[in-house]
Amino acid sequence: MSYTFPLDYSKVQEFVRAVKANPEQHAGEDAVIPPTMLTSGRMIWEPADQSGFAKLGFDRRRILHGEEEYIFHGPLPRAGQKLTAETTVGDRFEKPGKRGGVMTFAKMITEFRDESGELIATQNSTIIETATTGGKEEGK
Amino acid sequence: MTTTTETVVAGQQAESKTFPPLTRTDFVKYQGASGDFHPLHHDDTFARETGFPSVFSVGMLQAGMLASYVTDWLGVENLRRFKIRFADKVWPGDELTCSAVVVDTYEAEDGRRARVELVCARQNGVKALVGDAEFLID
Repeated sequence: MSYTFPLDYSKVQEFVRAVKANPEQHAGEDAVIPPTMLTSGRMIWEPADQSGFAKLGFDRRRILHGEEEYIFHGPLPRAGQKLTAETTVGDRFEKPGKRGGVMTFAKMITEFRDESGELIATQNSTIIETATTGGKEEGK
Repeated sequence: MTTTTETVVAGQQAESKTFPPLTRTDFVKYQGASGDFHPLHHDDTFARETGFPSVFSVGMLQAGMLASYVTDWLGVENLRRFKIRFADKVWPGDELTCSAVVVDTYEAEDGRRARVELVCARQNGVKALVGDAEFLID
């Protein structure tokens, strides 16, 4: 299961401003996207029935972001392109929480392909479900 | 301030950059741009009910700022990998400082690459993010 989404010029520029990037690095109608903008593909365009988060089954109030990695297999995508994304759930493991209970770690892998079907980027996310809410656990 | 990449060598450091204090508006601006509308980052009532003193920043906001900082140095078109670990939360009013150092250069299949270690620290010196990135440097 996959979905296709546009890298819209206005959305690219909105993201450039939000992450305080140098606009000169992202100039023009075919601007290179800020690297972490790939995340918004999942956030904005992922159909509910393909939700990686839903597949994890984690409690929304106890979710932390552990790690995030973006691998670009060539030049970064540009405004005006359409990408196709597919997310799979990877390894899952548990660790004792700092304040008791169990923290569950899960990996999500999203592959991004260009219009010709070529794999251009891979996003590796580590999501944590903490033992308690509002705690001092690690993560964002 | 993009560097001419053929001069990149191990040990080279980017000039560190301190951003103005982050505001709730910065959080909301990022949430709108990214589509991540988790209420912990804009709804103080929800954040307190969940056990936090207030809203806090979206981890991916400071991740994006760190990516902006390092790609402004070595060129966004040259980036091939960017990874961060979320080490501490970032709160309204925090002043973040980003720093980067080249730790290694090596020959990869697609050309010469530099590996860069990255830190984004809060004003008290605590690291909010630690990361690393790879750039093509030919």
